[in-house]
Amino acid sequence: MKNMRYFDYAATAPTDKRVLQAMLPYFEKNFGNPGSIYTLGRKSAQAITQASTTISKILNCKPDEFVFTGSATEADNLAILGAARINKKGKIIISPLEHKAVLNSCEILEKEGFEIVKLPVFKNGLVDLKTLEKELDEKTILVSVVMADSETGTIQPIAEISKIIKDFRASKKIKEKTNFPYFHTDASQAAKYLNIDVEKLKVDMMTISAHKLYGPKGIGGLYIRKGVKISPIIYGGGQQLGLRSGTENIPAIVGFAKALELNAKNKKTQYLKIKKLRDTLEKGILKSIPKVILNGHPTQRLPNFLNISILDIEGEAMLLYLDELGIMVSTGSACNSQSLEPSYILQALGSTHEYIHGSLRFTLGHQNTILDIKYVLKHLPNVVEKLRKISPLKLKIK
Amino acid sequence: MKKTKPDITNKNTGDTWIYTQAVKEHFFQPKNLLLEDPEETEYDAQGMVGSPACGDVMRVWLKIDKKNDTIKEFKWRTFGCASAIATTSMLSVMITEPNNQKSEEGMKIDEALKIRPQDIMKRLGGLPDRKIHCSVLGDKALRAALNNWFRKTKQFDRITTASQQIIDPNTKTTDADIEEAVLEGALTLEAVQERTKVAIGRPDLIPKVEELIRFYREKYFDPNSK
Repeated sequence: MKNMRYFDYAATAPTDKRVLQAMLPYFEKNFGNPGSIYTLGRKSAQAITQASTTISKILNCKPDEFVFTGSATEADNLAILGAARINKKGKIIISPLEHKAVLNSCEILEKEGFEIVKLPVFKNGLVDLKTLEKELDEKTILVSVVMADSETGTIQPIAEISKIIKDFRASKKIKEKTNFPYFHTDASQAAKYLNIDVEKLKVDMMTISAHKLYGPKGIGGLYIRKGVKISPIIYGGGQQLGLRSGTENIPAIVGFAKALELNAKNKKTQYLKIKKLRDTLEKGILKSIPKVILNGHPTQRLPNFLNISILDIEGEAMLLYLDELGIMVSTGSACNSQSLEPSYILQALGSTHEYIHGSLRFTLGHQNTILDIKYVLKHLPNVVEKLRKISPLKLKIK
Repeated sequence: MKKTKPDITNKNTGDTWIYTQAVKEHFFQPKNLLLEDPEETEYDAQGMVGSPACGDVMRVWLKIDKKNDTIKEFKWRTFGCASAIATTSMLSVMITEPNNQKSEEGMKIDEALKIRPQDIMKRLGGLPDRKIHCSVLGDKALRAALNNWFRKTKQFDRITTASQQIIDPNTKTTDADIEEAVLEGALTLEAVQERTKVAIGRPDLIPKVEELIRFYREKYFDPNSK
């Protein structure tokens, strides 16, 4: 589409051409099943080994500590349900900012008798770690805290949480030496710009997703630290050490590794470049439009995220006016959700409904240039002005 | 405004909402919008429905010809999504359009009161199921403004109130609550109970509730739809 200004990279990103090139040989030419021992099969098995090695170097883990899944959602399910199934009972501590893949898995477990505890969140989006310390007990089998949430991009102190959990395990609170609780983090949004070295983060499990990193859709993965025992959630031929049966999706696995490799190369440069663009957009909007507030943490936030609430007007209406101008964003407004419920993440941050209905999320990516930012800064104030003329509301910022 | 693609896709569900050309037109070029804040006595009646927390607020201003009992002018402002804005705009057109007017003074109040949510929707070429409540709100905004007029002119017998009947005394659920739940897409007993808690702990009320759900479902939705 001509004049497309895409600001929804947190939803998904286009596949990088180099990723696509790397994948192509594995559709027609090297199509073998990696489970077959003749040459063609071995070629596919080799491709997996190579991809695993590439990924493990980036995560600073062993190749067999990473399981490929059909999506980040499946990886989250594997971590949560897998840890629950092996323990059969216990307590799971999560944040309310988790992806639905974590939240809804926990909802099912709650019905099965597991105790689910959601940690409180401060208005700036950070999880209350004091409560985490208090909640940790002998029954706790798993803690899962998202590295950066998908609405505001607020970054949680994962290494700090790991330390709290490590100290708890070593503390006198528990009688026997234990590996529990496990600590899982969903890094689907964060992996693009943050360090995902599992030795630095000290996590036991970590979810990542390919399509947020300009890789293909339909593939995600879960890092599982050696010694961490979880049950599979998919049963069959016993592929991937029995943790994820099903013939491996070789082109996607190759593409995933390539995307991670490309991403690891110029992370720092990309971080600074995208942050500069985002900051220009943020400052420009806050300066040119009255009655706008920032959602999430002012500084401890992914460099490509900008989530704002524009008072007196509704998100879906803004989204459609912007779409007419070729600008693509997302909103937490109820009108844009299946349940007609406003964004649960903004609600967890203590934002009231009238603020959430007027929320807009810009998430930047590779293709965005300063021209896109200027284009938004030129048109958004007019869209807001027009919709405010239509609106009978004149709310005051609290 | 050169692009004409009328669909948007919900990122959470993948659902495609197809807005009709009429919805688009009224959303992007609203008709009869109140542009300037009015003087206190400029309009004869006004009404407001909805709440900012719920995501929809509609406010209507009317000029009324008392002698002929007609609506001469219909101005409005709406906070809400595309459907809410288009609904109010379309309603304003239906009330004031020349070919519908029997006389120069505007549409008869009694005629205006006959307009139902379905009529607005029909003129808009339909709304997605989940957006039907927007058309109901438009209808309610007009009624609120007319009630305001009736009160001002002491025509108390003409005031229309949404009669509400308590269905479940335990949870204080009314028939209006059930209507609202159905409009928001709760089409089964379980879905309505999830929203209203009606008849939970009172199984004897379930047949009555089911009957109401069926009634509202048939009233607002195509009976053949899910």
